[in-house]
Amino acid sequence: MTDRALSVVRAGALTTVQDQGRPGHAHLGVPRSGALDVPAAALVNRLVGNPPGAAVLETTVNGCALRPRSDVTVAVGGAPCPVTVNGRPVAWGAPVRVPSGAVLDVGSAVSGLRSYVGVSGGVAVEPVLGSRSTDLLSGLGPVPLADGTVLPLGPEPAPHARVDVAPQAAPPAELVLRVTLGPREDWFTAEAVRVFTTRAYRVSPASNRIGLRTEGPVLERALPGELASEGMVLGAVQVPPNGQPVVFLADHPTTGGYPVIGVVRTTDLPAAAQAVPGTPVRFVAVRRR
Amino acid sequence: MSLRVLPVGDDALLVEVASGAAAQALHAELVRRRAAGLLTVREIVPAARTVLLDGVPDPVRLTSELTAAEIPPAPPGAHEVIELPVRYDGPDLADVAAHWGVPAHEVARIHAETEFRVAFCGFAPGFGYLTGLPPRYDVPRRATPRTAVPAGSVALAGPYTGVYPRSSPGGWQLIGSTDVVLWDHARVPAALLSPGTRVRFVAAEPVGAG
Repeated sequence: MTDRALSVVRAGALTTVQDQGRPGHAHLGVPRSGALDVPAAALVNRLVGNPPGAAVLETTVNGCALRPRSDVTVAVGGAPCPVTVNGRPVAWGAPVRVPSGAVLDVGSAVSGLRSYVGVSGGVAVEPVLGSRSTDLLSGLGPVPLADGTVLPLGPEPAPHARVDVAPQAAPPAELVLRVTLGPREDWFTAEAVRVFTTRAYRVSPASNRIGLRTEGPVLERALPGELASEGMVLGAVQVPPNGQPVVFLADHPTTGGYPVIGVVRTTDLPAAAQAVPGTPVRFVAVRRR
Repeated sequence: MSLRVLPVGDDALLVEVASGAAAQALHAELVRRRAAGLLTVREIVPAARTVLLDGVPDPVRLTSELTAAEIPPAPPGAHEVIELPVRYDGPDLADVAAHWGVPAHEVARIHAETEFRVAFCGFAPGFGYLTGLPPRYDVPRRATPRTAVPAGSVALAGPYTGVYPRSSPGGWQLIGSTDVVLWDHARVPAALLSPGTRVRFVAAEPVGAG
């Protein structure tokens, strides 16, 4: 019986275990969590023959290095980056066989922020409320990787349809986020709504898995005071007292007291997860489907 | 009950009502309808004056259904009462007593004689916002939040009582503490308190002793 596990040689700036998250528990104050770039996580799972719900690793900025304790197939997607096995370059965005004891190095992102590492069998840490995702807001799930962490792997999946390389969306030079207005756009002046949907913002370096913070023209409120706490959705654009919009990502709080001026289409959030600080952001108002 | 349905993104609705009691009644009715197979939705998230429905397959149709719906008052005894033993020895007991205009031991008596109900959860997994005290006992948050409030702290802010499931920063007024574990993800259910749960605080030592 081989030891199906990964040793973490270099944890990187912030590498977490992520799957499809734990929706369905928001009424208990439990964030949904899960991979931020959903299509990238799904793709690396497909490339290594895992089911879509298998847990992958989500890196931030500078990748990570891993040593499997048995032969595994890996695939790296999301933010493009150099990938090596024992120092020799291998393909990004394609399945790669890594022998037991070799070192897989996922390098710094060339563009974008977050690379995804799929490993055959999936990362098999103990699930919490049905998910293996690390939730950085509430601390559920495994703690972020540290040098020396050992991660168990699930059983090797059955041989799968061979894919050599798969196309992936390039990280955005300009982030265009389609928003439906409301539910609280009436808490803002008409001018603020116009500014929000026409002027340029930039991605703030204070962004994280909880929210994409933006910097730009201040959005003036028409109503003072604080809203009574209300439920929040993925993609909600909350405007705190400083007037700078925050787009809620997977680890967002389940309730909040600042008004939501609009909600970003879920399909635009993977690009938001890859937008580096300083990236120009435009919010474009669209009609509800 | 008058309610207003606000669309949220492409597949969620925020249902707004006039009071906290109305929100609890609406939440109870929506949970009943889901259990009866009459409502398909991923999340039902109650809050102070609203209930959020997320993951709604047909928001336009549900909006008209809700607008026409009769919402009965929340059934009074639908949930068991959970008793939480508490030591009324919090560092803000004297401040709360001053706000209430009563001696400190009266805070414990009044609090322990009140039946609470979990209006909603948030802030942290398993943190319930409990209502039940009359409005004259509302208290402000502390001017300076604490960087670490111990797990099990029983605390007041605005109209709410809460129990910190784990140590975290917090600005609520601490009146006591309990040893009961509010959140344990290895337990089923993980959260001791969920929306609608009725709660009584039981003074762990005779009130006024010592």
